[in-house]
Amino acid sequence: MNNVIGLNPKPQLSTQAFEQLLHLLHHVYGYDFSGYSKASLLRRIYKFMDVQGVTDGQQLIQLLAGDTSVFHSFLETITVNVTEMFRDPGFYKSIREKVLPVLATYPQINIWHAGCSTGEEVFSLCILLHEAGLLHRTRIYATDINASYLEKARTGVLPMTHMREYTLNYLQSGCTGDFSDYYTALYDHVLIHREIRERVVFLQHNLVTDRSFNEFQLIICRNVMIYFNKQLQNKVLKLFHESLSSLGFIGLGMKESLLFSEYRSKYSVVDGAVKIFRKKS
Amino acid sequence: MMSLPKYDMIVIGGSAGSIPVCISLLKALINNQHIPVVLVIHRMRNVVSQLDKLLTREAGSVKITEPEDKQAITKGKIYLAPQNYHLLFEEDYSFSLDYSDPVHYSRPSIDVSFESAGRAYGNRVLAILLSGANADGAEGLSYLSDIGADCIVQDPNSAQYPTMPSSAIALEKNIRIMTEVEMIAFLQEL
Repeated sequence: MNNVIGLNPKPQLSTQAFEQLLHLLHHVYGYDFSGYSKASLLRRIYKFMDVQGVTDGQQLIQLLAGDTSVFHSFLETITVNVTEMFRDPGFYKSIREKVLPVLATYPQINIWHAGCSTGEEVFSLCILLHEAGLLHRTRIYATDINASYLEKARTGVLPMTHMREYTLNYLQSGCTGDFSDYYTALYDHVLIHREIRERVVFLQHNLVTDRSFNEFQLIICRNVMIYFNKQLQNKVLKLFHESLSSLGFIGLGMKESLLFSEYRSKYSVVDGAVKIFRKKS
Repeated sequence: MMSLPKYDMIVIGGSAGSIPVCISLLKALINNQHIPVVLVIHRMRNVVSQLDKLLTREAGSVKITEPEDKQAITKGKIYLAPQNYHLLFEEDYSFSLDYSDPVHYSRPSIDVSFESAGRAYGNRVLAILLSGANADGAEGLSYLSDIGADCIVQDPNSAQYPTMPSSAIALEKNIRIMTEVEMIAFLQEL
């Protein structure tokens, strides 16, 4: 058992050390992770321990308690920022076909994109709104827990690496324009055009502790609540429920559902395959 | 008198060339009502996949489903890790999905699910690694073996793509190597 060659022992946290760690993060740094899904939170903590070369909980706690910069790199590891433009093209196709025609009937459209990370999905939505002729009368509030991701999102600069894939996604989303009209290539990066981004406000917001700040006709929160346990998911869904206008829409990740939540009966299904729901009255 | 099952969870991982073997193994498990089975099979992203329907049709009888986030794990059911997410196991025996970076260019990653199954179920996991063209699964299998779980790999000589089982064998000596026929016989005994 101890003589495995070429493989470091996997880090391990006792339940007690895990509780101590959560306490430290909450009371020293103000981040409450107690409602997070334990399996994925632990996976990320172990990943961080691996990178730092730390194998036991006490070492990790000492490291985090003593150094704010270590905490910031910890936070980067814990809060997932994997994203892409037009992720799950079927979702965007459905937003385009089933949601935007309804939003078009409002004189002013308010949208909340919660957990927007570095902005890729926000820009995708902006392109849809632009093509539907709705962008000029829309205000999009894009929020994330992590200030450094928002900083990046505000620049509108994305790496060139994935543009080919994004172009395919764009086409599969049923969009009608030319994707390359929306950005300018700059060496190995692209800049999303200002007129696509100018209706977006990027704001720091923590779904666990912060409150509602407006009323919206559409809330998008994709693959954020998967990192929460059921109790916290219900709490966040309550926040969304209170922030949605009557007959407002909510779009979730492909394998997220209201099915297991307390809010099941308060929504009708707009598109079950891509998880778009609508608040009843 | 019925004996208690030896395992609380069976996780089967595979990539290129694993689907025909996977179907045979599911057929061997047709009478299993006591152990949940989770399949982690590499697939393309952003392409509509019908693998759940294909496996259901080919393996007969039981419906194979892709779990949603926080869905409770039920004994005897067969689950397929959804496209484009890592599949994790919670201590209360429910699923959690995770959208972090691919591991070995793969999401779902077999390593991720193997390790998570071990963290939730300990040595009561049976892990099986099939044909595939990369090394995903080897580290996870090694972790499971270290904590005392039973691990089986498809005999690389009988695998359409031997890299995946070979990588696991190279990393971890303490695993059983079986042909498809032997795996079928083993599962029928459960």
